[in-house]
Amino acid sequence: MLGNDFIRVLYIDLQNRKADIKERKDLYRYLGGTGVAAKLLEENMKKDLPPLHKEQPLIISIGPLSTIFPVVTKAVATFISPHTGEYGESHAGGRLAMAMRNAGYDAIVITGRADKPTYLSITDRSIEFKDARAMWGLDIEEVGRVVREREPGPGKRSIIRIGRAGENLVTYSCVNVDTYRHFGRLGMGTVFGSKNLKAMIIMGERDLPISNLKEYFKTYQEIYKKATQTDAMAKYHELGTPINIKVLNAINSLPTKNLLQSTFEHADDISGETFAEKNLIRKVSCTGCPIGCIHIGQFRREFDKGYEYESIAVSYDHELIYALGSLLGIRTSDEVLEIIEEVELAGLDAMTTGVVLAWATEALQKGLITKQDTLVDLEFGNTKEYIKAIDYIADRANEFYYTIGNGLNEAVKKYGGQEFALLYGGNEMAGYHTGYAFALGQTVGARHSHLDNAGYSYDQTAKELRDEEIVDYVIKEEKERNVLTSLCICLFARKVYDRPTILKALHSIGIDWTDDDLTRLGNDIFFTKLKIKKELGFSLENYRFPKRVFETPTLWGRMDEERLNKLLKMYIERVEKEYADWSRGQ
Amino acid sequence: MTKVLRADNMNKCLGCFTCMLTCAAVNHNNHNLAKSSIKVKTRGGLQSKFAATICVACKEPACAEACPTNALVRRPGGGVKLIRERCIACEKCVSACIVGSIHMDYDRKIPIVCKHCGACVRMCPHNCLSMEEVME
Repeated sequence: MLGNDFIRVLYIDLQNRKADIKERKDLYRYLGGTGVAAKLLEENMKKDLPPLHKEQPLIISIGPLSTIFPVVTKAVATFISPHTGEYGESHAGGRLAMAMRNAGYDAIVITGRADKPTYLSITDRSIEFKDARAMWGLDIEEVGRVVREREPGPGKRSIIRIGRAGENLVTYSCVNVDTYRHFGRLGMGTVFGSKNLKAMIIMGERDLPISNLKEYFKTYQEIYKKATQTDAMAKYHELGTPINIKVLNAINSLPTKNLLQSTFEHADDISGETFAEKNLIRKVSCTGCPIGCIHIGQFRREFDKGYEYESIAVSYDHELIYALGSLLGIRTSDEVLEIIEEVELAGLDAMTTGVVLAWATEALQKGLITKQDTLVDLEFGNTKEYIKAIDYIADRANEFYYTIGNGLNEAVKKYGGQEFALLYGGNEMAGYHTGYAFALGQTVGARHSHLDNAGYSYDQTAKELRDEEIVDYVIKEEKERNVLTSLCICLFARKVYDRPTILKALHSIGIDWTDDDLTRLGNDIFFTKLKIKKELGFSLENYRFPKRVFETPTLWGRMDEERLNKLLKMYIERVEKEYADWSRGQ
Repeated sequence: MTKVLRADNMNKCLGCFTCMLTCAAVNHNNHNLAKSSIKVKTRGGLQSKFAATICVACKEPACAEACPTNALVRRPGGGVKLIRERCIACEKCVSACIVGSIHMDYDRKIPIVCKHCGACVRMCPHNCLSMEEVME
C-alpha cells in the first residue's frame, strides 16, 4: 500500500456474498504483482481439489509502482490452471491496475461460486454482488457495453469480463480487460466461468497523497524521458510487435501451417508493415504508458449484396498474427483480423485457439479425425471454415469440439497425433521457432510462456550456442523477470527499468530496498512458484517434446532431440539442487 | 501576454493519461488521477475517440459569477484562480461550468480548477495539448 509497509488485500467470497479486507505486513517483502499473487495462491489453494472447484482462489495483484510510474501498467493474476492443472499465472494491461490502485487494493482474492451468474462492482466505498443472469451468453463486446451503461465512472474504471467460452468452461478461455487487453493464457476466463462470475468493474477516487513530491516527480520525469526519448521502446509504438513477422520469417523462425514450415510464402501479406499500411487506424495505451503499443486494425465485411458493409476494428499483435495467421496459413491481413474478431467475441485465448486449430487441420488431413468430428472442412488458409470452428469450440458443439476445448493435451489422448501437437510443458506453443533456448524456456517457464524467460531472445542474439550458457540464461532471466513483474512493469519496458532505475523509483516513494533485496526477491519468487508446481503434481521427469519441433528448421537449423533432452536434464538438475538449498534456508 | 491550455490535437491521443497523472501530482500532490483538472475520456467505450475536458479559459467565467464568496477570481487571459480560504465548498461553480471542467475534491473539500500551468502539456507524449498565447 502506498506509504505503508503492508499489502492491502480484498478477500471476496462469492458464495456468501461477503468481503473482508486485511492489511498484510508479512506479504510486504514480496512487493506486489507476481510475488504477492504467487504467495496468495500458495496459501489459499486447495491442492487436492480440482482446478475449477469452487473453493479454489483467483488472485489479482498490482505493485507499489503501478500506474504512478511510466509503463508500470500490468496486473498479475494467479490461479490453478484448468488448462494444465498446475500453476496458472497471466498478466494484463489496460486500466485494471489504475482502477485497483485508485480503489485502494493491492490485491484481490476471489473464492467461492456465486449461486447465479453475477458481476462484481468494486469501488473504494462499496463492494456489490450484482445480478448477471441476463448477461450470461453475451459476447465480450456486449457485456462490456451493458456494464458500461449500468455503472458509473467513465474514464476512471476498468471492466473485465468473459465470453461464451469461459461460461462453457473451455480450458483456454481468456478474461478480456477493457476491450483491447487480456488475461489470455492458461484459462483465467474458465475460472471466472466456474465461479459464475461474468464480469467485474472496479474504480476508485481514494485520496493518495504523495509523500515526497520533489523526489517522486524528478524520478518520474527521468524515467519518462528514457521511455519516450530514447530508442528503448520506439519499435513498440511504430509497427508494434508485428514487426516480428518479417524478422522471424527471414530466419526460419515463423511457425507456419502447424509448423510444417518455419517460413511462410505469404509472410509479406500479413507482416507488421502490411497491417500498418492497410489496416492500422489508431494506437492506444494502457493507463500510465506514454508509448502506446496497442495497434488497432480495421477491416470491412460485406454482410449483404448491394454494397452493404460493416467496419470492424480489433487489436492485433505478433502472437495473434502468428497463431491465427501464419500457423493456419491465412494469406491476408484482413482475414487475420476477421479470425481475431471471432476469437475476441467468444472470449478465447488467441494463441491456444490457433495452435489447437492447426493441429486439428493436420489431424483431419491425416485421417485421425473425420468431417463428422470437425463439422467443417478445416484446411490451411480457409478463413470461413476456421471462423465456424472457433464458434464450435466456444459452444462445445459436439464431442470432438468438447475434447479440443480442453486443449491439445486432452485431444491427443483421445485422437493421437501427439507428434505434431505443438505443446511445450503442457501449454500450446508461442510464435517463435527460434531454437533451443525458446523450446527449453517455454517448457520450463513457471507459466509456460515465452515471456517467462525470453529464450527466443537468446536464440536470436547468441553468436554460438553453448548448453551451459542456455541453461544459465533461462534461469537468470526468469528470476530477473520475476523482479520486474512483481513490480508490474510491462516487460516491453525492461530496458528502461534496469536495477538502478527500479531502486530509484522505489526510493522516491519511500521504499528503501537494495540491489540485494531485489535479487533475493527474484529468487524467492522463482522457487515459491516451483514449490506450488510441485504441490500440484507437476514434473518434467520423462517429459517428451513433440517430434514436429525437430523436423522443421529453426534459426539454428533442425534441432537435435538428444541435445534438447540433455538441456532439459541439465536444467532440472541445476534447479533441483538450487531448490533444495532454498528450501533449507526457508 | 499570458497563456491558456488548449486541446486541439486530441485525434493524436493514445489515452495514456499521463496528463492527468501529472496534473494530480504537480497541482494536487496526489497519485490519484481523479484529482486532475484535465479529464481525458473516450466519447463512449474504448472503441470511440478520446476527448479532453479542459477549462476553456472563459473571458467571462460563469463559475466565478456563480461563486457566492468570490473564491474564484478571473485570471488574466481567461479562466479563474481559486482562493482557497474563501471557498465554502458549495459546488455552485461545478454546475455553472457548462463544459464540465470543474469537479469537487471531496477529500479536501475544494473544487479542482485548472491553473493553466502547462504541466500536462509538457508531459504529453503525442503533442495533443498546447499552450496558446492570448490577450489579457
